[in-house]
Amino acid sequence: MTSTTPEELSAGGYASRRRMRPGDIVFQGVAFLAAAGVTVLLGLLAYKVVAQAWPAIRHFGVSFVWTNAWNPNNDVFGAASFIFGTVVTSFIALLIATPISIAIALFLTEIAPRRIAAPIATVVELLAAIPSVVLGLWGILVFGPWMNDHLEPGLKSAFGFLPILSGPTYQAGILPAALILTIMIVPIISALCRELFSRIPRDLTDGSLALGSTKWEAIRRVGLPYAAPGISAVMLLGLGRAFGEAIAVAQVIGGQVAISRSLFHPGDTLGARIALQYQGATTGLETNSLLYLGAILMVISLVTNVAAQGIVSRFEKARRLH
Amino acid sequence: MTAFELDPRNDITARSSGLARRRATEKIVAVIAILSALLACAILFVVLGTVLSKGFSQLDLTFFTKAKPLFGQKGGIADALVGSALIVGMCAAFAVPVAVLVAIYISEYAKPATAVFFRMVLDVLNGVPAIIVGIFIYGLLVVGHGQSAIYAAFALSILMMPMVARATQEVLALVPRSLREASLALGVPRWRTVYSIVLPTAIGGILTGVVLAVARVAGETAPLLFTSSLITTNGVSTNVSQALQSLPLAIFEFSESPSPSDHAAGWAAALVLIAFVLLMNVLAKTFAGLKRRKLEGS
Repeated sequence: MTSTTPEELSAGGYASRRRMRPGDIVFQGVAFLAAAGVTVLLGLLAYKVVAQAWPAIRHFGVSFVWTNAWNPNNDVFGAASFIFGTVVTSFIALLIATPISIAIALFLTEIAPRRIAAPIATVVELLAAIPSVVLGLWGILVFGPWMNDHLEPGLKSAFGFLPILSGPTYQAGILPAALILTIMIVPIISALCRELFSRIPRDLTDGSLALGSTKWEAIRRVGLPYAAPGISAVMLLGLGRAFGEAIAVAQVIGGQVAISRSLFHPGDTLGARIALQYQGATTGLETNSLLYLGAILMVISLVTNVAAQGIVSRFEKARRLH
Repeated sequence: MTAFELDPRNDITARSSGLARRRATEKIVAVIAILSALLACAILFVVLGTVLSKGFSQLDLTFFTKAKPLFGQKGGIADALVGSALIVGMCAAFAVPVAVLVAIYISEYAKPATAVFFRMVLDVLNGVPAIIVGIFIYGLLVVGHGQSAIYAAFALSILMMPMVARATQEVLALVPRSLREASLALGVPRWRTVYSIVLPTAIGGILTGVVLAVARVAGETAPLLFTSSLITTNGVSTNVSQALQSLPLAIFEFSESPSPSDHAAGWAAALVLIAFVLLMNVLAKTFAGLKRRKLEGS
C-alpha cells in the first residue's frame, strides 16, 4: 500500500502509467512538450542574451562592471553608473514600499471590515494595472515638476545637511524614479503580503490575544514572525520587479551617466539606458555594450527571483511540517 | 523555524503594565495602516484624474480615425490602435494554447516533483524583465530579418504565457477531485475527462487569467522597442510582417517629445489605454464571479 501525500490528493496528479489509452499518450505527450518547450525557451533566452553580449564581454572583460563611462566617441563603455542607478532607485523604492505595503496588507486583513476591505483591495490592485508607460508619462509631465517645485525643496530645507538630500534639484532624477518605482511595487508587495497574512493560523494570534496582548502585539509578536520568511521573499520579488522596470524609469530619471551623491541628481539605470539608447546606438561596440548591460540586468533579476523562489519553497516545506 | 522561545523580551504577559500606552500604540498602528491604504487609493485617483482631465478634451473622432503623422500636425492614434490590436491578438493566439497545455500537464499529469519544477520555471520566466525578453527576441528573430509585428507578438507572448499558465494551473487545482473520479469511474479516458469535465469547470478562472494577462501585455512597451518600433509606413497598416505602431509605444514617443501638442496627444492616448486596461479588469472580475458560481453549484 502506498501512502498518499496531501499534494497528490489536492491536485489531479494521479499518474498511473498502467493501461494508458492512445488518446492519453498523445494528449500527455503534447502537454509535456509544451511544458518542456517553455523550459527550453527559458534556457535559450538566458543563452541568447549572454551570447549577444559576448563581443562586448570579450572586449571589455569583467572590468566593464565597475567602469564608470559611456563615451561612444572614444569607444569607452562601462556599467558602473547604471548598476549604481538601478540598485539605488530599486532599494529606495523597496525601503519606502515595504512598510507601506505591510501596513496596507494589515489594514485589509486585520483592521478593515470586509465591506470596506474588498473595494480598497480592488483599488490597490488597479494601481498595479496602470501601464508603466502611462505612469512614466505622469511622472515626467506632472510628478517630476511637482517634486522639483515642492517636495525636493521641502526635503532640502528639512534634511539638507544630509549629502544625499542636498545640491540643486531637477525635474528628472534618481528620487523621482525611485518614487515611481515605489508606486509600481506597492500594489505587488501588498497583494502578496495580504495573502501571507490571511494564512497566519488564527489559533496562534487568538492565543496571543487570550493571553491579554493587544491586537497590534498579537500581530507584531506572533503574526509577523510567522510570516517573516514569506515577507522577505515578497520583498525580493518586489525588488526584482523594480530592477527590471525600464520604461517608466527611462521617462523620469533624466538619463545621465553619473554617480552622484545627491538623490536629486539625474542618473540612469541598466534598463532605462538600454530602452533609450538602443535605437540611437551608432557603433557596433555601443550596441554590444548595451547588450552587455542587458546581460548584467538579466543575471541580477534571475538571481533575485530564484532567491525569492528558494525562500518560498523552504517556507512552504517548513509550514507543511508544522 | 516556527519555534517561539520563551525569551523574556517576547513574553507578552510580562508587559501588562502600561495598558494605556499599549492601547495607544495599537491605535497609532491602525491609523498608520489606514493612512497607507488611503495613500495608495489617492495615488490611483490622482493618476487617473490627471489622465482623464488632460486627455478627455483631446478625444474626438479624428483622434480615433487618423494615423499619427510622421512629422508635424495633429493626427490621431488609428494606426496605433490597429497595430496594438493585431499584436496583442496574435500574442494571445500564441500564448494561450501553450499556457493552458502547460497548466494541464502540471496539474493533471506531472508527478509532484516535476510539477514543482515546472511551476518554478514559470515563476522564473515571469520574473524576467520585459526589456530582456525584447533583447532576446531581437537577437533570435529581428537580427537579419528586420522588425515585424509578428516578432513583437512573440515577445509579448513570452511575457503572457507564464501569467496565463500559473493562473490556469491554480484554478485547475481548485476543480474538485471528485469530479475527475466520477468521470474516470464511468470509463471516460483521462484526456476526455480533462477536455469535457475539468476545463469547462475551470473556464471562468482561465478566462480571468487570460483577460488580466491581455491587460498587462497591452501596456508593455519595452519589448516593442526592439521588435516593432522603426515604423516605415505612414498611415494605418495591417501588414503584420512589418513593424506596426502601437498604443504604448505611441505614448512613449509622445512623452519623450518636447512639444506640448504631443504631450496632449500622449494624455489622450494614455486615457484610451487606461480605459482598455480598466475595462479588461472589470471583465476579469465578471469571469471570476462566473467561476465561483459554477464551482459552488457543482
